[in-house]
Amino acid sequence: MAVIQVERKPLSFAERTYIPQVLGGLKTTFKHLISKKQTLEYPEQRPEIPPGYRGVPTLVKDPNGREKCVSCQLCEFVCPPKAIRITPGEIPAGSGREHVEKAPKAFDIDMLRCIYCGYCQEVCPEEAIFLQNQFSMSGYTREEMVNHKDKLYELGGTLPDQHFKWDKKKAAEIAAAEHPSH
Amino acid sequence: MLADFFFNLHPIVQGLIKGLAVILVIFPIAGVCSMAERKVAAWVQDRPGPNRAVVPWVAWIPFVGTFLQRLGVFHVMADGGKMLFKEDSTPGHVNKFYFIAAPVLAMIPALTTVTTVPFGAYLDAAGKVIPLGLAPIDIGILAVFAVSSLGVYSLILAGWASNSKYPFLGSVRASAQLISYELSMTLAVVPVFLWINVPGSDATLGFGRVVELQSQPGFWGGAWFGFLMPISAFIFLVALFAETNRQPFDTVESEADLVGSFHTEYGAFKWGLFFVAEYSHMIIGSAVFILLFFGGWNPLPWVPLATFAEWLNIADKPVVLGIVSIVIFLAKVIFMIFVFMWVRWTVPRFRYDQVMKLGWQKLLPLSIANLIFYAVAIAFIQK
Amino acid sequence: MIQPAKPDLVTVNIDGKEVAVPKGTNVIEAARLVGVDVPHYCYHPKLSVVGNCRMCLVEMGMPAVDPATKAPIIDPATGKQKINWIPRPQIGCGTNATPGMHIRTNTPLVKDCREGVMEFLLINHPLDCPICDQAGECKLQEQSTQYGRGYSRYIEQKNVKPKRTQLGPRVTLDDERCILCSRCIRFSKEIAKDDVLGFVDRGSYSTLTCYPGHELANNYSLNTVDICPVGALTSTDFRFKMRVWFLKQTNSIDPESSVGVNTIVWSREGIIYRLTPRRNDEVNDTWMADSGRVLYKQVNDSSRLAAQVGLEDALTQAKALLASGSVAVVGSGRSSVEEQFLTKKIAAALNAPAYLVSRVGEGDKLLISADRNPNVRGALVTGLIDKLPEQRLAALAEAIDAGRVKTVLSIGEDLAAAGLTEAQLAKVSVVYLGTHANATSAAAKVVIPTQTVFEKSGTFINQQFRIQKFHRAVPGFTKAFDDLVVLSKLLAEVGGGAISSDLNALWSVIAAEVPALASTSFAKIPDSGLLLDSTPYAALPFVEGETLHYKPAAPVPPAAGIPTPPKGTPA
Repeated sequence: MAVIQVERKPLSFAERTYIPQVLGGLKTTFKHLISKKQTLEYPEQRPEIPPGYRGVPTLVKDPNGREKCVSCQLCEFVCPPKAIRITPGEIPAGSGREHVEKAPKAFDIDMLRCIYCGYCQEVCPEEAIFLQNQFSMSGYTREEMVNHKDKLYELGGTLPDQHFKWDKKKAAEIAAAEHPSH
Repeated sequence: MLADFFFNLHPIVQGLIKGLAVILVIFPIAGVCSMAERKVAAWVQDRPGPNRAVVPWVAWIPFVGTFLQRLGVFHVMADGGKMLFKEDSTPGHVNKFYFIAAPVLAMIPALTTVTTVPFGAYLDAAGKVIPLGLAPIDIGILAVFAVSSLGVYSLILAGWASNSKYPFLGSVRASAQLISYELSMTLAVVPVFLWINVPGSDATLGFGRVVELQSQPGFWGGAWFGFLMPISAFIFLVALFAETNRQPFDTVESEADLVGSFHTEYGAFKWGLFFVAEYSHMIIGSAVFILLFFGGWNPLPWVPLATFAEWLNIADKPVVLGIVSIVIFLAKVIFMIFVFMWVRWTVPRFRYDQVMKLGWQKLLPLSIANLIFYAVAIAFIQK
Repeated sequence: MIQPAKPDLVTVNIDGKEVAVPKGTNVIEAARLVGVDVPHYCYHPKLSVVGNCRMCLVEMGMPAVDPATKAPIIDPATGKQKINWIPRPQIGCGTNATPGMHIRTNTPLVKDCREGVMEFLLINHPLDCPICDQAGECKLQEQSTQYGRGYSRYIEQKNVKPKRTQLGPRVTLDDERCILCSRCIRFSKEIAKDDVLGFVDRGSYSTLTCYPGHELANNYSLNTVDICPVGALTSTDFRFKMRVWFLKQTNSIDPESSVGVNTIVWSREGIIYRLTPRRNDEVNDTWMADSGRVLYKQVNDSSRLAAQVGLEDALTQAKALLASGSVAVVGSGRSSVEEQFLTKKIAAALNAPAYLVSRVGEGDKLLISADRNPNVRGALVTGLIDKLPEQRLAALAEAIDAGRVKTVLSIGEDLAAAGLTEAQLAKVSVVYLGTHANATSAAAKVVIPTQTVFEKSGTFINQQFRIQKFHRAVPGFTKAFDDLVVLSKLLAEVGGGAISSDLNALWSVIAAEVPALASTSFAKIPDSGLLLDSTPYAALPFVEGETLHYKPAAPVPPAAGIPTPPKGTPA
């Protein structure tokens, strides 16, 4: 590589006194002094969370109120800091959802470990875990910083569903029971 | 009259009352300055600044309470209270006597110089302007320079007593810087005193005469020395920034390379004393600058206080006029303090070698040349 | 080029690689020898071949010969013998290797066939991998990833079949996931000899079910879960407990009988979730009894003995009792070889007689033998005993009654269950080393809790005199002590000298003192076990009957030799 010598313009006398520069700077800072404030006053004013924001991971229910998680534990597996801990369980017969068979008995996310990477959301085959716009997690104890299942559903709420695959499955089972095709 | 009662008191009691007045004025002003510093910093950076602390029963006052809260005035109390009540620890490795003596020493010149500075004036029965000051001594500027330069001892003492390398380096820098800029500062004001000591008059270094000479009739007589001697004013201002360790000359406290410099090991109230001392230096410096170059208590150039009093028809009310003159003077001082803060967020800190180079190679020759020029000029004019 | 074949070997060419395989080897196994994977579902090396999944289709060809002269036809382009490729693909499982056979597994035709088969298999598959326990070890998952087309063209309604059917007390069936490979049917018929499974209905409605009035309840039913290539048959016990990819696998040995079934312990973070068989063609093939699979539950059983005092205190108390003399040592056929060795040393140091308790049950002629102690042979080899144990401790009872024995050291044996009466137990001071609470631990003066087989490492010698290793799968119960540590410290306390409790160090002592193990060490024993010379013990009347890969030798003539297990088909 050739070395390119950059010609620097010699400073004029006024520039060398530094006074015009200082005055220019004072003008700029004074403009800011009286200009509109740019900051948010946080607890009262909240930033607008853009779509796709990776906030606190939450569990969601479908519009029919069914818990979508089937405790496949893929999020637990993919979680880089091992923040997720799931105890799988069986859905008891007679609950109306026994065709889903499996649901988490316990679902804990340790927010002291979570790095908000979003892998859990990406890997979830049931679209049950989402990183939503909750960005502030705080607590006084370590135990408080572990989100249990109830808290996760409370944070997650209900999200729209495009598939309703388990409802379709149940409908197919009912239809097959009514009209045996063989 | 209250004034009569005061002047009839024993001189020692008078002195005590005056001293108390200094403390009662300087400390709150320093506190307000610290608040102003934070607010100005915030505004320059497009932030609202401190605006949370509020005292409950004030918060219930509509509008005013909210306004005061948004202004952050209660943060001053919160900060001051914290400063007073937090644990005042003394590190184990320091020289305890000098460590504690240093902040006390910082306060002494800061509070002492206040007494020599007049801060207002009134007209006596004969229509003569009488300056208002705690100790109207005739050596004025000399006393200010002499006493305020003692402040460097507190820095050296703090740096040395801390027994730690950053404070030590900081105090070495501080002493070098203060001594360097004192030269230029002193040389810059000499033309002013050459000018006021007109041949035939009593020789004086007092501020009263300086303001008096800026309050005379006529174009040259009414012009402030800032217009007559801009170079002197400029050198004095730059040196003042350096003497008060303000940006861009705060290499002494540069936290990036020296942590906290001489006050690294200090905390709580002792640190607070350094803090107050710095602000009182700023106030005194600003006051001296206003007196020497910007007309003191005269409201506007070519509008002396006496003329102003005639306009307002308060020439025969010394108390009212005194208060008006103090307000005018304080307004100028506060503007100067604002300039200090304004410059702080405009000009970045100089490197230490740049500070030394500027002081010795630029300002000193300039101030000497300036002195020679005015000495010759004044000799011709006042011949 | 085809090399001259050895007498019982045939040479085949698979994807251009020559390999000599024993006669009767099928193409899947031959390909496995050269590292070529032929995907399959219905084929299982230990079951008969039915060829109904069609996944193992390969291209096959034979060297061309002139029909008239039988002379090889040379391809002028290559200068080699021409291969006549069969135009249709053949199944690899049902085709045995013949000399000169050529196989291609990577041609477009084979790829196309696999893709087609995968697509058909997945048509009615529910794709509920997130809730399926097989996920992670599912052949359908693996092979659809590897050989499938990656998306579905099927938009019609999938078949609905019974889900969550209880086939038996331990097996749950999901018929929608079933790919009708019939491995489970063949296993029940051929291995378990309990023919209860079959298909009903036709075509895509074919459904696996039990014969009416029957259920899959035999003691080998869970093997159908192991061999099910998909998630159709699942273990009711393991169902929905944990995903398999979290589980750590540790090699172990089933301690329920002297067969010494090789097992894998699946655990996560110190909790065991399931036990499965580990293939060992000389011992258990790929099978294991259901009764052995629940033994992990003893690890966290509520009756586990928990230490009340520290080990040093307990050992001091034990020493005080043992030092009084008139001691008898009751060793155990459930202890490892190493523990039995240390027990023998302790007995010798105390100058005490050593007893062993025999447990005899009924053998099922498959993988549970009549001797329910896993390691009686170990006691013989280490010299703890020199004749086979009695089932009841009659000699000990008599000695206690006669007052010759004042203190009994029991290594995990319940003396009450072994025939001592309450009065006899009360007459002696018992030092009990064991895992679970029982009548003896209740009566004992000193109880030192020890570990189960899943919490420690060691070796067992099975009925074939095969020494096999088991490894610590989970960290030990915190309030129990490692058996070897307890025994080696106890040995030092009673003045038997210092022997390290570290397995490798201990084995150097064992190798020096036990002639049968002279040239071996713990590290040297392969995972499939090491067969020891059984001739010195041939005269002993062992109780075992015939089981898989084991035939009892005629006991009387010492020259009868070791029973050699039949060779399994090569892996």
